[in-house]
Amino acid sequence: MDHLLGLVGDGYALVAADRNVNHSIIAVKHDEDKILKLDNSKLLGCVGELGDTKNFSEYVQKNMALYALRNGCHLSTHAAAHFVRGEIAHAIRHSPKMCNMILVGFDGDSGPSLYHIDYLGGMHRMNYGAHGYGGFFASSLMDRLWRPNMPLEEGIQLMKKAFAEINQRFLVGGATFTLKVVDKDGTRIIDLGEQNNSMQT
Amino acid sequence: MALALSNAFTAMSREARRHERRTKNPANPELPAYDEEEMLMKFAMPGPNAPDDFLSGAFAPKNANDSDPALKFLHGTTTLGFVFSQGIIIAVDSRASMGSYIGSQTVKKCIEITPYLLGTMAGGAADCMFWERHLGRLCRLYELRNKERITTAAASKLLHNIMYSYKGYGLSMGTMIAGWDKDIGPNLYYCDSEGTRVKGQKFSVGSGSPYAYGVLDEGYKFDMSIDDACELGRRAIYHATFRDAMSGGRVSVYHVHENGWTKISMDDVQLLHEKYMKEAGRTTPAWNHM
Repeated sequence: MDHLLGLVGDGYALVAADRNVNHSIIAVKHDEDKILKLDNSKLLGCVGELGDTKNFSEYVQKNMALYALRNGCHLSTHAAAHFVRGEIAHAIRHSPKMCNMILVGFDGDSGPSLYHIDYLGGMHRMNYGAHGYGGFFASSLMDRLWRPNMPLEEGIQLMKKAFAEINQRFLVGGATFTLKVVDKDGTRIIDLGEQNNSMQT
Repeated sequence: MALALSNAFTAMSREARRHERRTKNPANPELPAYDEEEMLMKFAMPGPNAPDDFLSGAFAPKNANDSDPALKFLHGTTTLGFVFSQGIIIAVDSRASMGSYIGSQTVKKCIEITPYLLGTMAGGAADCMFWERHLGRLCRLYELRNKERITTAAASKLLHNIMYSYKGYGLSMGTMIAGWDKDIGPNLYYCDSEGTRVKGQKFSVGSGSPYAYGVLDEGYKFDMSIDDACELGRRAIYHATFRDAMSGGRVSVYHVHENGWTKISMDDVQLLHEKYMKEAGRTTPAWNHM
């Protein structure tokens, strides 16, 4: 039931995830942050089984920090995506991790990028992508409305349209979202205003 | 008085008859007498006529090709915890069920990990008890090594790491870890044997949790007095025990505050039921109320 979506725009990349934690029929939590900051220029949105997602994304984060300490430089977004894919591809034959991810990052030389990674070890660099049921609604919307070099404001508007569509058409409505952006200035949370305060925490 | 006397006499005469039977076995004087009545008095027997048949559901394998006995003690439970302006309230019931059999009505489902940390148990009693005891040990060692208390976040993560490493091995545990951290304040985490660990304001765990959530969500406010908060926790558990056959016994309420935790109360749900009914001016449950 998780939703995870992201897109690349003009000098930035956006990633959004819903905020619910569900256990059988119970919504345990309404304000969980499913997007982890890997370093100052990378965000990893991770949905799937809660134990796996949290554990795996923290594992990635700490190993990338270790890499930076050892080598004196950070992994590029491209390298980080291959690292994540490699770990997932290894895990699928050993102890599968139910983690579907969208990795976005900003690199000084190559600009913003988005990698769509699934739990089987598939990885694609894309301009926009989505995971989960919400992806069915959001991906067609982005097929229709995404265009190259969208300014940030338009990107946010597109994301908001996707959230509205998911809440209108998906069986389990009432989802709230976390939206984060990465650009040359680092990572930030985009304030979605009222939408997120309507839900009791 | 007369009644008491006559009762005393009947008891005496019964004892005399029993003594006679003990000394003489009418069928065969050589053999020691078997006194069924006395045997039943000596060994407290469970209510059902054939206890082994009655319990077969609790001990039998879950399905035919499964050799593991499905003995799961404490499968029905209601526990809850919530953060409010003056700390955390933890409330739990005390029933342990094994299938349709009530194993105990006086289980301590709130485990006192350290004087500042409380854990609740839902799921398998043995798993909860063992691992939370283990966590208590780890927390004490942390204190000795670091000369300061472990935070709730760190303690819950220790437990989570163990649970995650045993994921898929059949542990059964749903727990809330509540504590007051120095310079941070109250913290509440939910951890379970599936490897979930989430921080939150309001949780309820166990088979009765949907019922407890109903009452809890309705009455919850962040700014409440301690008394009101305790009463809300108690009410929520009581209503859960009323609807959930596998929860019951007593309601224990704990308050976690700046100086650790305090046990506030422990009430028999039957007495609570009578009290609440009286307060509502009813003799029957609300759904029968005209």
